[in-house]
Amino acid sequence: MAVINVKQISKRYGSCVALDGVSLQVNPGEIYGLIGPDGAGKTTLFRILVTLLLPDEGEAEVDGLDTVRDYRKIRSRIGYMPGRFSLYQDLSVEENLDFFATMFGTSIAENYENIKEIYAQIEPFKDRKAGALSGGMKQKLALCCALVHRPSVLFLDEPTTGVDAISRKEFWNMLYRIRRSGVTILVSTPYMDEAALCDRISLIQKGRIIETGTPDEIVGRYPHQLFGVCGEPAYPLLKFLRTCSGVLRCFSFGSEHHVAAEPGVLTAGGLQAAIEGAGFRNVSVRDIRPNIEDCFMELAKENDYGQG
Amino acid sequence: MKGFLSFVRKEFRHIFRDKRTILIVLVMPVVQIILFGFAISTEVYDARVDIVGNWSDPSVRRIAGRIEQNHYLRVVSVYETVADVPERFRKGLTDVAVCFERDFDARLRHEGRAEVRLLSDASDPNTAQMIVNYVNGVLTDAQSDLLLKDRPEPASEASFPYVQYMYNPSVLSAYNFVPGVMGLILMLVCSMMTAISIVREKEYGTMELLLVSPVRPMSVIVSKAVPYLVLSVVNLLTILLLARWVLDVPMRGSLLLLLLVSVLFILASLGLGLLISVIASTQKTALLISGMGLTMPTMIFSGIIFPCESMPVILQYFSDIIPAKWYIIIVKKVMIEGVGFGYICQEFLVLLAMTVCLLSVSIGLFRKRL
Repeated sequence: MAVINVKQISKRYGSCVALDGVSLQVNPGEIYGLIGPDGAGKTTLFRILVTLLLPDEGEAEVDGLDTVRDYRKIRSRIGYMPGRFSLYQDLSVEENLDFFATMFGTSIAENYENIKEIYAQIEPFKDRKAGALSGGMKQKLALCCALVHRPSVLFLDEPTTGVDAISRKEFWNMLYRIRRSGVTILVSTPYMDEAALCDRISLIQKGRIIETGTPDEIVGRYPHQLFGVCGEPAYPLLKFLRTCSGVLRCFSFGSEHHVAAEPGVLTAGGLQAAIEGAGFRNVSVRDIRPNIEDCFMELAKENDYGQG
Repeated sequence: MKGFLSFVRKEFRHIFRDKRTILIVLVMPVVQIILFGFAISTEVYDARVDIVGNWSDPSVRRIAGRIEQNHYLRVVSVYETVADVPERFRKGLTDVAVCFERDFDARLRHEGRAEVRLLSDASDPNTAQMIVNYVNGVLTDAQSDLLLKDRPEPASEASFPYVQYMYNPSVLSAYNFVPGVMGLILMLVCSMMTAISIVREKEYGTMELLLVSPVRPMSVIVSKAVPYLVLSVVNLLTILLLARWVLDVPMRGSLLLLLLVSVLFILASLGLGLLISVIASTQKTALLISGMGLTMPTMIFSGIIFPCESMPVILQYFSDIIPAKWYIIIVKKVMIEGVGFGYICQEFLVLLAMTVCLLSVSIGLFRKRL
């Protein structure tokens, strides 16, 4: 049975549709990623699931409890880490943790085992004010506060936004450890590269779920052939590629352009010759496997057409 | 219960770790009382008096002597022509001129009446009013003495008004300011600080976490209110001590009654603060609403500075909806007049109704979701 079960949820703010018929199921003990750009509706969905907002339509269950009717029971079973750092800046690390532990009717000592691995990293700074911590440490403290009462479901809204690459990596390792203890985790992120770290993901854009599955499944469903193209000058190259026959889409990914084409229409060699023929320097073209971002771009286009 | 205590402890930490909060909550009340009590007083000391008249006239001399004896007044100059008075006002040499009729003593003796005219530089009307009152008092005393001396048996025509300031014999302004400042400070600390501390949780996003926890919104409200209630009582006691021992304002009524009424008023203020916290979403908004929406009207309409009786009728009705006005009335009655509960019953009930109303509305509006 799904731990989180969302059925056709819609939410509007005035004329702005934040969520439009969203459905998803999260199985016990998995890390489920909600991937989408800013403004896609991730936070709204989180707030509905943690009983802070009421949906306009549809219903949702967390741990078998209805988010509207049984909100009080849900509140004691979940851990929630909002997108923004939301602890008391003028209280010390230990005071914050102690406060949230007592709020949930427990204490640090009782649940020390549960948070030990994470808390051990910030314990040397336990007398420091939370406001004076670095981004990575704030994040760890917030995670401790969300975990201190042994929740069965953990909601992490963009936990890695504004955190450096190393801390992000550490953070994901912590999530795996938490998962091992049987906690179900719903995590949202705007970073496509983090999608591959989840067990299952949903891609969300403009309030709609545009794809759901394991990262591999989603990548496997990518319908086109993909080339990675480098060359100079980069921007004219992007424009040139978009005019090439057989090219469906072309996006810039850092130093490389990702070119999507119908399977079997183009080859890397043929494309390279065409580009060099147009006078670009240092050209290299290679076959690549699509990543989640390629899939997202592809699906987002369809979603746009579908809405337009 | 453990959760509640830990919540209250957290609130106290917020208060004591923020210097500005401490300043507003504990230092400001003391400063305000001392400022209002000493600096902003409506009493006039050492008013300068000119005597215009014939210095050889014995009655003039006798009255001038009496003026000199009054420790609020001081005779600075004596001359004979009224025409000199405007020039002395313009130069700022004197505050009031007492002009005696020609042959003052003789007329008084033969006709039983003589005229004195008071000329006052009323460019500052409040001060002028006070000084004229002082001089009038001296003249009235002198008149009664003269009449008694001339006609041993009390005459009916000697019935000029005899004014006694029953509960404030020396007309000290502290008697008015202390109750006013009490109302102002209790409201400021309770409404403004409670509103800000709740809105701060909203602004920093911690309210989201509090709401998601199993803690009931009601206990969030109560634990927010308790620290400010405690601090308000501390403030109240500080003010009362300062008022009694520094400003010499008496405590004639029952201290217990005063405390009871104060706690009621504190609750009303907490209700107002909660209401503001429901409306405002940022600390700035909360500060503006409590500053412009609470402090200003309280200053103006509760009779601290301007008497309500001299306002247009419509504003008098408006002043009725301000809780501080009723509280201040009660404090004046209990502290200064020393009356018992029976005499403040009506005001007490108004305040009680307001408190119940404010608390229930704001608790009802306090959201258990975002």
